[in-house]
Amino acid sequence: MEAGTQAAGATPGARPLGVGRRRWGEEIIRAVLFIAAAISVLTTLGIVFALLEESLSFFDEVGTKFFTQTEWSPLFADPQFGIWPLLNGTFLITGIAILVAIPIGLGSAIYLSEYASPRVRRIFKPILEVLVGVPTVVFGYFALTFITPTILQDILSLNVTVFNALSAGLVMGMMIVPTIASISEDAMSAVPGGLREGAYGLGATKRQVATRVVFPAAISGIVASIVLGISRGVGETMIVLVAAGLQPNTGVSPTEGYATITTFMGATAKGDNPAGTIGYESIFACGLTLFVLTLLMNMVAIRFVRKYREVYE
Amino acid sequence: MKPPPDAAAAAVRANLATGRRSRGLEIGFRLLLLACLAIALITLAVLLIDIFSDGVDSLSLSFITDTPSRIDPSSSGIAPALVGTLWLMAVCAAFIIPVGVATAIYLEEYANRERWFNRFIEVNIQNLAAVPSIVYGVLGLAFLVRGPLSLENVLLAGGLTLGLLVLPVVIVAGREAIRAVPPSIREGSMALGATQWQTIWKQVLPASVPGIATGVILSLSRAIGETAPLIVVGAALFATSVPSGVFSDVTALPIQIFGWVSDPQPEFKALAAAAIIVLMVILLGMNAIAIWLRNRYEQKW
Repeated sequence: MEAGTQAAGATPGARPLGVGRRRWGEEIIRAVLFIAAAISVLTTLGIVFALLEESLSFFDEVGTKFFTQTEWSPLFADPQFGIWPLLNGTFLITGIAILVAIPIGLGSAIYLSEYASPRVRRIFKPILEVLVGVPTVVFGYFALTFITPTILQDILSLNVTVFNALSAGLVMGMMIVPTIASISEDAMSAVPGGLREGAYGLGATKRQVATRVVFPAAISGIVASIVLGISRGVGETMIVLVAAGLQPNTGVSPTEGYATITTFMGATAKGDNPAGTIGYESIFACGLTLFVLTLLMNMVAIRFVRKYREVYE
Repeated sequence: MKPPPDAAAAAVRANLATGRRSRGLEIGFRLLLLACLAIALITLAVLLIDIFSDGVDSLSLSFITDTPSRIDPSSSGIAPALVGTLWLMAVCAAFIIPVGVATAIYLEEYANRERWFNRFIEVNIQNLAAVPSIVYGVLGLAFLVRGPLSLENVLLAGGLTLGLLVLPVVIVAGREAIRAVPPSIREGSMALGATQWQTIWKQVLPASVPGIATGVILSLSRAIGETAPLIVVGAALFATSVPSGVFSDVTALPIQIFGWVSDPQPEFKALAAAAIIVLMVILLGMNAIAIWLRNRYEQKW
């Protein structure tokens, strides 16, 4: 398409075949499309720049107190800037969520991949995907108005406060289940049929094939799904904001309320914090922490996903 | 080397024995897995039933047309929130359709994969898809509301922020749709003398419109349920009037739901449930349209 070619035996002076001169209209269109694609890069740059700019002035004022202090109350009269309570809340609730999501998610994935007939799979996979489409504020409502009073307080008679980590963690776990289930199931489907058939040929049962052959073969995809699930849990705001309260507690008791990085950001942004105040800047410092955490986890997960794809292609 | 006969017989006997014993284990394992799947499905069912039973009594025509009131739950409605959500979706769509489709076209048709900046764009889009939604709110707050663009108004900023959030979804869907068009169509067009853009505009794009439309609808249905970015960007938690233009204060359905859920008075929780029903109905409608579009117009090459 690019190089003009002369047909053999063409008369001199005849127009060459192929594109001889560049059409400027095409070049303009190409440039416009490139700019559109660049918007995504600008978005990332914008996120990094926005987070860094305010965080730098935050750390200018606060310094290493971010890591050394043990309480988080930047908006109080005697402000404390230790990030640990927020990290504590984030990982406690995400931890509960993962403890719930891994068995249910992997169990569903193994069943759909190894045991279910194609018809069953066609019906239930989309239903599982519906869980993904539910807005997170709806999950928060469910946690606060159903799980906490009915399940935890009435049926299980646990001594929980209205805002508690257990309820938020359980519901967040159910939100993460489709992530883990669908990526794990993809990983298991990618295992070549030959491996399974070889195992069946040697007399293995379905359970043995699922647990000893397919599961280890798909392990990198499964790990990737778990890491991605954790990343989703860490970045989740609404479920925790509605159901777990805003108390920056330390400690591991799931019966109390906690604040996470995300809920602090949401609650503070909702409030009155003019630009330039330490409150405003603290939103960005938290955002930077969150961004770094999820970026690291996602890079790890993508590395794992690439690994399992490579092995079989 | 043949194993001695009694060892072979013993092995077969052992196999039969474990076969019988492990039958229970097989069934038990299968039931355990089924239970996991069942728990996920039952939770979804319980969630839907609970919300429906909580909110169905508050649903009425006046619910949809009234404005919310802080004091009187019985006369509260979701009109500003509903209209606000529709406006936000309009702004969002106006942003993601051109930008998303253009990016998809560039990446599929024009970009040379060998070049570093093209690969960088692809990796970048993958990373963006995984950034938590609240960080997009921070981006919107810093650049669109406060910073250089200083939009101050929330509707435009909110719509653009949501657009940036779901842009990766549109780009991926667009790329898949464009990739599905077989090369023979392109080659035939070029052989007839069309330029690259003419080929794309007249052949490739029209063929990929259903896939792109499905992607746009799915991304809008994701954007419609997002609360955190809007909170950070500054959507009013309590808007008293229906937004009148791109430059007015806005609230959205998820924000209204959040406001009502957080209210200590129990009557507002029922209103929240009713608003959730409206939101889920809208979501269901959008997904149904997306599925119908895909089934009706999907081209098999």
